[in-house]
Amino acid sequence: MGTSTTSEPETVIATRDLTKRFRGGQLAVDRLDLTVPRGSVFGFLGPNGSGKTTTIRMLMGLIEPTSGSTALLGRPMPVEAGRVLPEVGALIEGPALYGFLSGRANLARIDAADPTSEPRTRRARVDTALKRVGLAAAATKKARAYSLGMKQRLGLAAALLKPRSLLVLDEPTNGLDPQGMREIRALIRELAADGTTIFLSSHLLDEIEQVCTHAAVMSQGRLLTQGPVADLAAGARGRLVVTTPDPGEAARVLEVHGVHGITVSGPRVTGHPPAVDPPDLADLNAALVRSGVRVRSFAIEGTSLEEAFVALTGEGFHVSD
Amino acid sequence: MSPTEPGAAAPVYDVPGPRTDPAPLRDAAARRPRGLGRGSGLLRSELRTTFLRGRTLVMLAVLAAVPVLVGVAVRFETGGDEGGAGAGPAFIAQVTHNGLFLVFTALAATLPVFLPMAVGVVAGDAIAGEAATGTLRYLLVAPAGRVRLLLVKYATTLAFCLVATLTVAGSALAVGALLFPLGKVTLLSGTTVPLVEGLLRAVAVAVAVAVSLVGVAALGLFVSTLTNSGIAAMATTVGLVITVQILNAVPQLEMIQPYLFSHYWLSFADLLRSPVEWSDLLSNVGLQGLYAAVFGSAAWARFTTRDITV
Repeated sequence: MGTSTTSEPETVIATRDLTKRFRGGQLAVDRLDLTVPRGSVFGFLGPNGSGKTTTIRMLMGLIEPTSGSTALLGRPMPVEAGRVLPEVGALIEGPALYGFLSGRANLARIDAADPTSEPRTRRARVDTALKRVGLAAAATKKARAYSLGMKQRLGLAAALLKPRSLLVLDEPTNGLDPQGMREIRALIRELAADGTTIFLSSHLLDEIEQVCTHAAVMSQGRLLTQGPVADLAAGARGRLVVTTPDPGEAARVLEVHGVHGITVSGPRVTGHPPAVDPPDLADLNAALVRSGVRVRSFAIEGTSLEEAFVALTGEGFHVSD
Repeated sequence: MSPTEPGAAAPVYDVPGPRTDPAPLRDAAARRPRGLGRGSGLLRSELRTTFLRGRTLVMLAVLAAVPVLVGVAVRFETGGDEGGAGAGPAFIAQVTHNGLFLVFTALAATLPVFLPMAVGVVAGDAIAGEAATGTLRYLLVAPAGRVRLLLVKYATTLAFCLVATLTVAGSALAVGALLFPLGKVTLLSGTTVPLVEGLLRAVAVAVAVAVSLVGVAALGLFVSTLTNSGIAAMATTVGLVITVQILNAVPQLEMIQPYLFSHYWLSFADLLRSPVEWSDLLSNVGLQGLYAAVFGSAAWARFTTRDITV
């Protein structure tokens, strides 16, 4: 909302060979080509230290790229920051507040910093944003008395001061309790339904799976993959899990049928079905039964983003470099 | 799913005013001249934030207390040797005869340390303080604009220079009027002028003192763009103020002294001569302007190219 409808670009974020090498020589972001389609809820994943935050800061014009280019809403950044950023709401690396100001005064100040925002509607917009994140009751309280969750909500409210074309949310549910997380996810879905493109970084994979339509995975400054979430998850091969009182025999039969990486723990036998020419799972089950294996359960588990992520990065999600 | 579909907007944005369809608002906004109102919103916010802040009010209170202390001391220390006022124009001897001289005494007493220290705190904290709390990144993505934010910060610091000086002068005038007689003013050149002219000259002196702080303000702002710690920037600025005062007092450094920002600070006394001796006053204005230009440019060069990583 709030953009000229005539020339809405289909790609909201586009980076080309985006690279940042810090003065110490550390390569934080390495030739990144990121494409975020309009109307998507785009999950930005990666272990800590993978360059997500540096990328977000370059997108927002806070850090100058060493080389490469960035375009937001079809306009080059940071050259046209003054025209682009009023349409972009952002929560970057957690909220930052003036502790000596009330929640309402904090938002009014951020709004005043935007030269395109209308001062006459400021009060009303601030109150609407506070209400939207559930902070209306704490509007006059000094921000230093806010809990972590309330600060996070206030940071979100700052991103919602105006109708935006793009929201860049870095870990938006950080510090929130489960109920607060659900509320924020519902808010994100609501905003997405209004047509706002949402670029969301998170360390919670199920959060990305729940709300995102697209995702990108970064590791050590490089983009490993990007695309619709369904495609990414499908790309990961699931794990076959069989529970049986005859695990030894089950493992033998599965191996004969090409299942590899078999592990047995108690009554649980797991393994990966062959990638090329996979057998019909029903035949596999029938083969087990024919060999006298008493099958309690038979299932494919973990065709999830997490599997995809582990397969791509070769490491657990919470690993920092 | 075009967000600009009429009626498709989220109801939460339906605030009083033309809001259901964002287009009319935007057009109205575009038609409005860019004058006062929206561009100046950040300056007003900055002034409010600075002057309503507890720390600022405490500093102003301390500045206001200086004339009270001096006034009370002079009033009750009725000994004969009041002439030992040390360096600078000997205003203090005159205070008992005319309360207006407490204004000059108080300004002369606060200009070397208290006033530049207070300005150093405000200027040093200007950018570094925002960086330390992380609010800088939110101002910049709002987008405040780096040049605009820097100008607003400098303007607010200059406003503080003036307010701080007027606080000292105002407090001194009140205390002086309360504890001592007011009347015709005998200038340093020996001529006597009516009280009204004396008051006008006091205002001119206060402005001259405020102008003397312009260089410190620019220096502090530059230091503030160098670091992400508000405390470090404040301490550095105040340290520089003290260092420069020491350098200005070492006779062997005579050749560099005309370029130290504190060199012409006591020139405000020349406003109390008849006719006014302008040469040092103008040198002071020029020197302060030079500092503002040099360190303002340095702050601009630094702040507009800096990576904001906090």
